[in-house]
Amino acid sequence: MSAASRAAQLGLDHVLLEKTDHLSDTIFKYQKGKHVMATPSQLILRSDQEFDAGKREDILEKWNARTAELGVNVKYDADVKAIRGTGEAIPGSIQKIVTRARDGSTTTKEIQRHAPPYAIELTNGETVMAETVVLAIGTQGNPNLMRCPGFDLPHVTYQLDDPTAILDEHIVVVGTGDAGIENARGLAEDPAQGNVVTILNRNPKSANVRESFATAKEPNAKALAEDDAAGKLTIRYETETKAIEPGWITLNTRDGEERIRCDRIIARIGSAPPRGFVEACGIEFASTDRLAFPTLSPQFESSAPGIFVIGALAGYPLIKHCMNQGYDVVEFIAGNRTLKPADEPLLEAKFAGLPGNRSVNDWLEFLRGRVTILEGMTTLQLREFMLDSDARFYRKGATVFEKNDPGSSLFAIADGSVHVRLDPNDASKVVPIPTGTIFGEVGLISGRRRGATIVAAEDCICVEISRNAALKLQSQVPSAKRAIERISIERQLLQMFGSGLVKEDVAEVVDKAKIVSVRAGDAIIKEGDDDKDIYVIRVGSMIVEKEVGGKPVFLSYLPAGSYVGEMALIDGGQRTATVRAAIKSEVIRIDGEAFSRVLSAKPALLERARKDMEVRRRTNAFVESKKDGFSGVVDLYSEQAKFLVSQGLGEATDVLLIDERLCVGCDNCEKACADSHDGLSRLDREAGKSFAHLHVPTSCRHCEHPHCMADCPPNAIQRGPDGEVRINDTCIGCGNCQRNCPYGVIRMDKVPPKKPGLLSWLFLGKGPGPGEPPYKWSKKNTKYTGDPAVDEALDRKKAIKCDMCAGIEGGPSCVRACPTGAAIRVSPDEFLTVARLENEGA
Amino acid sequence: MASLAPRRRTGASRERTATHEGFLAHRNYRWLKLSAALATLLIGLYLFVPLPGTHFGSSWLGYTLGTIGALLILWLTMLGVRKRAITPGRWSLKAWTSAHVYLGLLLIVVGTLHSGFAFGWNVHTLAWALMMLVIVSGMFGIWVYATLPRALSENRYDAEGAITEKQMVEAIRSLDRQIHDAAQPLDAENAVLVNRSLEEDPFAGTFWNRLTGRYPKDATRAAAGELRQRRAFLPRRADDPLDKVDALLTRKEAMLSRMRRHLKLKTWLQAWLYVHVPVTFALIAALSAHVVAVFFYW
Repeated sequence: MSAASRAAQLGLDHVLLEKTDHLSDTIFKYQKGKHVMATPSQLILRSDQEFDAGKREDILEKWNARTAELGVNVKYDADVKAIRGTGEAIPGSIQKIVTRARDGSTTTKEIQRHAPPYAIELTNGETVMAETVVLAIGTQGNPNLMRCPGFDLPHVTYQLDDPTAILDEHIVVVGTGDAGIENARGLAEDPAQGNVVTILNRNPKSANVRESFATAKEPNAKALAEDDAAGKLTIRYETETKAIEPGWITLNTRDGEERIRCDRIIARIGSAPPRGFVEACGIEFASTDRLAFPTLSPQFESSAPGIFVIGALAGYPLIKHCMNQGYDVVEFIAGNRTLKPADEPLLEAKFAGLPGNRSVNDWLEFLRGRVTILEGMTTLQLREFMLDSDARFYRKGATVFEKNDPGSSLFAIADGSVHVRLDPNDASKVVPIPTGTIFGEVGLISGRRRGATIVAAEDCICVEISRNAALKLQSQVPSAKRAIERISIERQLLQMFGSGLVKEDVAEVVDKAKIVSVRAGDAIIKEGDDDKDIYVIRVGSMIVEKEVGGKPVFLSYLPAGSYVGEMALIDGGQRTATVRAAIKSEVIRIDGEAFSRVLSAKPALLERARKDMEVRRRTNAFVESKKDGFSGVVDLYSEQAKFLVSQGLGEATDVLLIDERLCVGCDNCEKACADSHDGLSRLDREAGKSFAHLHVPTSCRHCEHPHCMADCPPNAIQRGPDGEVRINDTCIGCGNCQRNCPYGVIRMDKVPPKKPGLLSWLFLGKGPGPGEPPYKWSKKNTKYTGDPAVDEALDRKKAIKCDMCAGIEGGPSCVRACPTGAAIRVSPDEFLTVARLENEGA
Repeated sequence: MASLAPRRRTGASRERTATHEGFLAHRNYRWLKLSAALATLLIGLYLFVPLPGTHFGSSWLGYTLGTIGALLILWLTMLGVRKRAITPGRWSLKAWTSAHVYLGLLLIVVGTLHSGFAFGWNVHTLAWALMMLVIVSGMFGIWVYATLPRALSENRYDAEGAITEKQMVEAIRSLDRQIHDAAQPLDAENAVLVNRSLEEDPFAGTFWNRLTGRYPKDATRAAAGELRQRRAFLPRRADDPLDKVDALLTRKEAMLSRMRRHLKLKTWLQAWLYVHVPVTFALIAALSAHVVAVFFYW
């Protein structure tokens, strides 16, 4: 729309194709009255359309009015089916499309690209011709279609606008995600409507709704099961559709086929990203990675000449970016070649503190030329990459980061070099890292604290690459991914075994090493097996189990950065224990033979490995001896460890654990939490799971690789300086993090007004007292100003979660405020030790 | 902005413990040991230091004990403030509780020795008696804290994991809705019975009901019992709506009794504070009277 507006303003011949009968469908589909944020706030808007944070309705109204005013040529209900070049074939320009089938096999299709003009085919049969095409279709995609015979009948629908408008029908809802459940419940809610509603679920029935409705939110699933029990609607478990015909549907059930009446089918079975469509237009993606974006020129032109890609599809999910890009692209098409991108001032600020006084473009060239992993990037990618990263200048001797600092960013050295300190007390024991390479990759990959202190060896310029930027870089530039992997394997080995090893010693091992990903629960080593490989845990964590008296007994917990499997290699013989992944993990598999050659060449290393092994042996022996004496104790310890791992301890860095033998239920932890953070508690003591008096309340575990960070449009979730995962003020309240958190620890709420002080409550009875104020009090005491902008901000809901009381002297308030010592916050490697066995043994 | 990396840590320190250590065992019974040593010392002083036989309170040891006692009482009262004032700093409420418990017990020795065993019907003995009442209620509190949490935790478990108080209430509400729907085909007489259960507030009941966990006039149990009795005389039917209502009422009864057990335990964990705290304030008042009386009228 922004592009079309610019085109209208410049008087270019254009048409805006809208899939629906209105403009801006994405925002149109937001719920009524939703507040739309205008982030990033520091970015200047460059568009003929206005855009400011505000209500959905206001924004749409302004846009509609402005679009009419500019005389934009809009074609509604124009759903594009295909775009194809009608000019001559472009020699040597062939698009390869790789499709992967479910069984893992791939097929490659080749398409010859043709020059513009492009013929744009619409689903209604019309064709629009265009010299250039600007694609701003986002990543939402189209709903998945049913695949059984009869899927194209008119009564098969993929959405439901108004459930109350449907009367006296037999309806089958396919799909038990939230959308399907809400539709089914809406249709059956009022018995007076006379609808007979059936919802199909592929999974079997289970007492635990989370198992039978894996993709839905728990309250939704529970409500559905209740409606089923009350006879309002029918849930058919283990059922799929076989065929559809007018008025009837045939189902495949556990007990065979069944044909039931059906006047309407509502299929809510997810949606497919539009990649297939985009590729068919001749647009190449950077990689086969599911998250990859199209390859674009600095002007957003794709590999199909004349087709430009902007917005979420180009990797910019925020509205403001997209509007700016629309403007820029049309300016470019109109022949304006000197326009600087809107992010220029931001990048200028990034480079402002560096010595050398270069322009933004010179700096970008400098970085690309100097840093190996950035070589494969396009200018556009590099610009965006730098927005998420920081260029830093370090004087000789300055510390870049210290051992055990938390941090998940990657550093690349553009100029100068740094030293890795091997011994914290001896500044002379160092390993140099030269210009062009990277460091800090361990923190990036494992999510754990820094493994060593890094000091600038001379004046140097480094790029600090944030975790998100680094992940994007790896998905966009395969060569960078390989380089980072190789360096990380090599460093991990050198760091782990130390003992004067150098690069050349481990070259063979590194060459033969393979990165293997392991699913949660899968074993990498099985007790009694004969293999000899060594495994280094790169991502995630592992648990070690041993069969004692016919039962698997938990021996120890291995965090990322540890290695396992050396016993069989050094002493020979069969594997003595089973090692399985606590969560989805990645390990480096090292060839046993190659490693034993390194061991025999380096006696010091062998000595160290033996020492490590001795410690492990003793642990195992200890557990086994206890098993003989107090069988019950070991079982409890083992079961408890397994319970904790199932509660996500395997990926936690800091978790709240309550001993229910001490907890008196006073909720002082929750009150303390609310009083330390704007009056909102970030933990729910009572909720959560317990096992053998150990309770894991609903509170953030500060995961190594936080699920909540995965999809945050303003990138507001970061790992803070004390290792905490925190949400900063740029949160737009979209709720993605809340949905992504598997532990349900994020709540969306508005900040209540400030309470009167403790003393005026104690002596004068003012205010609601300690803890989270009741909703009524907050509502009554919120000081509305009458100014919609201010009031909106007061009422705005934001994502709220534990920040580990970072920056508060004394640490987490919940722990400090526990009167009985029931609450502690620990990291899994602190807690899951055999020391517990001795404590519990009493 | 680009030249120097921001500081890596916020500088806030934090105490880390890897195990659960209760308030009684805090730091290997540090406050127990300290209190025991002080108690022994004070008793020794009382026994072996020669002092006047009457008006012990006005001797140097009496004054010392009195001052220590009064200050200790005020400090022990401050736990209530410490618990609610969540200020930054390396304090731990557990350490405070531990000290509160053992120093509070020490007060038995301090206060009683200070009295010189001179009891009578006066404000001085009143202060001592109130102090003892507070301490005894506190000892009861320790016993409750030490024994009930396990039961509270066990009551919340079932096959699917622990459920919260809120979930218990929700479960009862949801059962109510189902009972309401299932009871539609019933005749008027039976419907009245069922309705009584539906109208019952799960939180109703006196303090006594809560404390004992007994609700003799419970409408749900009455309704279920009555319905079963009536049905005993009716002929069996295949699809009897009474069957469904009966089953639902039984489930509600089970959930209700579980919630009531939960409330009972919570009440016990809190009820002693309703003696401990008000009597503390009465004690401070009596203590002030005692101090004023001693200095003005002795």
